[in-house]
Amino acid sequence: MTSVLSDEKTTSNVEAQRPPGGFYRWITSVDHKVIGKNYMYTALTFMFIAGAMALLIRTQLFNPNGHVVGQQTYNELFTIHGSIMLYLFAGPFAFGGFANYIVPLQIGAPDMAFPRLNNLSYWLFLTGGTTMLLGFFTASGAAAFGWVAYAPLSSNPYSPGPGPDLWIVSIALVGFSGIFTGVNLVTTIFYLRAPGLTMFRMPLFTWSMLVTGILILVAFPVLTAALVMLYADRHFGAHFFSVQGGGVPVMWQNLFWFFGHPEVYILALPFFGIISEVVPVFAKKPIFGYRGMVFATLAIAGLSTGVWAHHMFTTGTVLLPFFSALSLLIAVPTGIKVFTWIATIWGGQIRFSVPMLFAMGFIPAFVMGGITGVMLASPPIDFYTHDTYFVVAHFHQVLIATTIFAGFAGIYYWYPKITGRMLRERVGRWNFWVTYLGFWVTFMPQYLLGLRGMPRRIAVYSATDGFTFLNRVSTVGAYVMAIGMALFLVNVVWSWRRPVAAEANPWDGATLEWATSSPPPAHNFHSLPPIRSARPVWDVNHPEHADAAPVIAGGDESAD
Amino acid sequence: MRTESRIYLGVGSFFLLILIVYFLWSKESTGSVLLLASAGLGILPGLYMGWWSRRMKPRLEDAEVVEPRDISGIVGTFPENTIFPFTLGIGAWLTGLAFVFGGWFAVIGMGFVISAAFAATIESKRSSLAEAANRRGAED
Ligand code: HEM
Ligand SMILES: [Cu+2]
Repeated sequence: MTSVLSDEKTTSNVEAQRPPGGFYRWITSVDHKVIGKNYMYTALTFMFIAGAMALLIRTQLFNPNGHVVGQQTYNELFTIHGSIMLYLFAGPFAFGGFANYIVPLQIGAPDMAFPRLNNLSYWLFLTGGTTMLLGFFTASGAAAFGWVAYAPLSSNPYSPGPGPDLWIVSIALVGFSGIFTGVNLVTTIFYLRAPGLTMFRMPLFTWSMLVTGILILVAFPVLTAALVMLYADRHFGAHFFSVQGGGVPVMWQNLFWFFGHPEVYILALPFFGIISEVVPVFAKKPIFGYRGMVFATLAIAGLSTGVWAHHMFTTGTVLLPFFSALSLLIAVPTGIKVFTWIATIWGGQIRFSVPMLFAMGFIPAFVMGGITGVMLASPPIDFYTHDTYFVVAHFHQVLIATTIFAGFAGIYYWYPKITGRMLRERVGRWNFWVTYLGFWVTFMPQYLLGLRGMPRRIAVYSATDGFTFLNRVSTVGAYVMAIGMALFLVNVVWSWRRPVAAEANPWDGATLEWATSSPPPAHNFHSLPPIRSARPVWDVNHPEHADAAPVIAGGDESAD
Repeated sequence: MRTESRIYLGVGSFFLLILIVYFLWSKESTGSVLLLASAGLGILPGLYMGWWSRRMKPRLEDAEVVEPRDISGIVGTFPENTIFPFTLGIGAWLTGLAFVFGGWFAVIGMGFVISAAFAATIESKRSSLAEAANRRGAED
């Protein structure tokens, strides 16, 4: 189908072909907005499933010698909890959901560069994700070797049965889906920008997604290759990772973390991008240091590929000073970002709407997790805390700060654009505060538990270990968080049953997605405002500040 | 295109730098190979885009100043609804399941994959003919 901008003569050609309706249309649509929404619903559903598993895990740990679930079930639960959250929620939610929906809008494009490939990505994600859950319905249960699948535990003698194989196939399918989305994002951003939207006028969210796309292309193929090797070890008698045949088990860790550490930044950068969109809009200031942010994002991408073995300090086979130094260096661009957000908020006319609440809550939560990350990057501390609850607390704080707090900032910010309806402010506030309280109550005790020596991935501890009280606090916190998350569902249902219509630009946003209707029409724009700065919509809506951007006389084709 | 190429080149050369330091210091092979591949992944497309950016006409995307008449008209061609990505996805899934449940899954799966590839080719050929007609219609 041909897409046109403000050219009435050809519009009729577009209208002439009416798309089919209903279920068939949903399956066959190659519109990035439909696919983006599918990704978001699916990823959020996976998130709630994995969240329920987390509650079971925490319930088991409430009492010493807990017997809510058995050992084997416990191992399956934390494996699938982690795998869903990292492979099926955080990533697809960001680059399949938000990026798919928002990036073409932000760059003034009618769709993604490869719409059919985009559709295929979604089906690989959905089928791959479902495949992982199938493991629970097999006689020997789901995979139980952790989301990292360390060899030799993941080899056939130690993890027999179809569950682990389903896990491998699942991750492979989801991995391909991610690679396709990465290709699509990079191409879209390079080739489909609106006239005048130079690279250094792109919104920071789009920048984040470009860099995320490149990181996906670096990281995911390594994972896929490692999975093929693992499968060959399990079934074809290969010995990549088993000592008996001359293989090297620790090579799995090298391959996995070469994917795994970039992956954690693949999960973080999109959400940094969301914060960089929300904070300026609600502080009513342009971002402080746009170029600094771009270069910080690129620096994070570069560095995050050279730090993988900070997850392997205790194996005794890695170059400690190299990986420690590069890991510490990552804190510099990350710190630049945090200071930029604070400097943007500083002295702004702040509106504490729900997206801004989540964004401001994100900053201390992420800083706390980041600081403990820097601590872990120092081998002497890591030798003491590796594989304890200290690490568990570290990565839950960074990941929940990004995917939940920054993620919900994004949901509340873009929900009006995506659905054409507003979410309720009051429920939104409760949603934030309850989740936020639960978050700190859940994870601060886990740092202390880690320092006291509680290992991660244990199903039971003894009453004499001195872990009971802190575990109970943590479990209570987890339930509080769950209530907070349930309030989000309340809000969604409410806005669906009693809709409050959203205007095209409810937050006085500055970037191009706010120049079209909510929700946007097929192929996104009827016309585009002139693009003369990084904030084209702001330039149109606030001509009184026009001196801030170069203005070209003449031409009255601004947004209608 | 110049900025685009510089991004790839920048990331790629940074990987190259890490690779050199890492290899000379650790002599470890797995990581060095992976870093080499990553460096290639950045530098090769970067060089290609840089080479190409010198040959092509400047693009409107890269223009600082755009005249109003430049931003109207046809933007590009985008496909209509199509069932074949779905068929292909189901085929890939069934083929994947063959690695768990046995080869006969692959027979069905590859059937889906091949028919989807076949049908999608025909479909896109047909729509590119229709597109050409569309374009001719739009121009007068
Ligand atoms: C300031 C930058 C960061 C540094 C220096 C850092 C450092 C570390 C280190 C050294 C470990 C290994 C601990 C161990 O196993 O003994 C670790 C674990 C982890 N980090 Fe970070 N981190 C940082 C930021 C992040 C971010 C932003 C994320 C994700 C959004 C993240 C996610 C994780 C995860 C998931 C693990 C645990 C993996 C596992 O063993 O299951 N980290 N981090
Ligand atoms: Cu890491």
